[in-house]
Amino acid sequence: MNTTNLLVFDGLLLFSIVGLAWASLATTDERRSVILFMAFGLVLAVAWGRLLAPDVALAEAAIGAGLSGALLLAAVRKQSPGSSHTHANPDRNYSESGAKVVLQWLVTLLCAALAGTLAWALLHALSSAPHDTLPRAISDNLVASGVSNPVTAVLLNFRAYDTLLELAVLLTAVLGIFSLGQTTPGYQPAGPVFDGLVRWLVPVLILTAGYLLWVGAHAPGGAFQAGATLAAAGVVLRLTGRSRIGLPDGFVLRIIMAAGVGVFLLVGLTLLLLGRPFLGYPPAWAGALILLIETAAMLSIAATLLLAFVGGQPQSTAVNAAANRQREENSRC
Amino acid sequence: MINLASSILILAGLFFYLAGSIGLLRLPDLYTRLHALTKADNLGLGLLAAGLALHSQHLLTSLKLLLIWLAVLAASATSAHLIARQARRQETRR
Repeated sequence: MNTTNLLVFDGLLLFSIVGLAWASLATTDERRSVILFMAFGLVLAVAWGRLLAPDVALAEAAIGAGLSGALLLAAVRKQSPGSSHTHANPDRNYSESGAKVVLQWLVTLLCAALAGTLAWALLHALSSAPHDTLPRAISDNLVASGVSNPVTAVLLNFRAYDTLLELAVLLTAVLGIFSLGQTTPGYQPAGPVFDGLVRWLVPVLILTAGYLLWVGAHAPGGAFQAGATLAAAGVVLRLTGRSRIGLPDGFVLRIIMAAGVGVFLLVGLTLLLLGRPFLGYPPAWAGALILLIETAAMLSIAATLLLAFVGGQPQSTAVNAAANRQREENSRC
Repeated sequence: MINLASSILILAGLFFYLAGSIGLLRLPDLYTRLHALTKADNLGLGLLAAGLALHSQHLLTSLKLLLIWLAVLAASATSAHLIARQARRQETRR
């Protein structure tokens, strides 16, 4: 393809990324800022695709733009109850006190320092080491990994330990969310148009999640993308005002939350008992074991992301049923 | 021949995107802007998807592109409806 055209495209992409980031930070309206952040995430996903990293692009689009955006919008909504206007309240007093200005500059400086360090590290890595040792090591051992997608091979086999720790971090986060107590009741029931969309969108999302999980073995996809898609199904269900959003109750929910780490550890420890290294899958079993771990991880990730959006322990259905009955009685009076 | 046809489709799609974007910038109020965005961009995406499907010459890829277009159609029609309804409610409240 024409390199000049691609250069123009890349330039436009970079310009949009930086412009959207700046616009998102510069606006004082929280809602506008979040929407710009979501657009930023989408353009960033395109940039990842342009860097030939479709796995990261999928994760960025699903988690970075989609679910984080929903999470931030929900946070904005919670922060300003009752005000559903698209513009900020003018009477809200923005106290431009000295401490706030100092804090802003401090954050800016720290961010600049972080960006500088990362740029230096990247330059250092590019100039010091030959580029192709890691890809070659991966492609040499890909046959024994049980999958043919090198990204999945690294995440679930060669560096499975890192992914296990990532899942442990998610578990810790969800424990923090659980400690926030019961959630507030959700949204008002949606109108027929939105409800009609959600009615067929949720099955399609569940199907897509299954597809992403399965296809992760040999093409871009995997537990994180599938989990985010599954969580998105729960998010739209909550947005339509349903009380049941696909999260099971009590004990089962706790098992699903811990399933990713649990199954991962169980597989690792079983392999230790069988005389193999921790998480050192036998090549013949590797594919099946990776699929097993990824399935559990997908459920855990989906539950974690959805609980983050809900913002606490889901109210038990018994409570919801009682609340609904109460509301019906009130409306009858 | 197929390359030419797919190029024409993609260019036509880009034209509708351009028209939709100009409409978004130039039209006076929210409803007309929504109208420009959803109508023009949906058609633009359809033409783009058709052009890319023709370019790929692959049945499965074409079906995926069709699925993407249908999903975007439903999502954008719904979100346009929701935005317009919310704006109308705020208008009547004032």
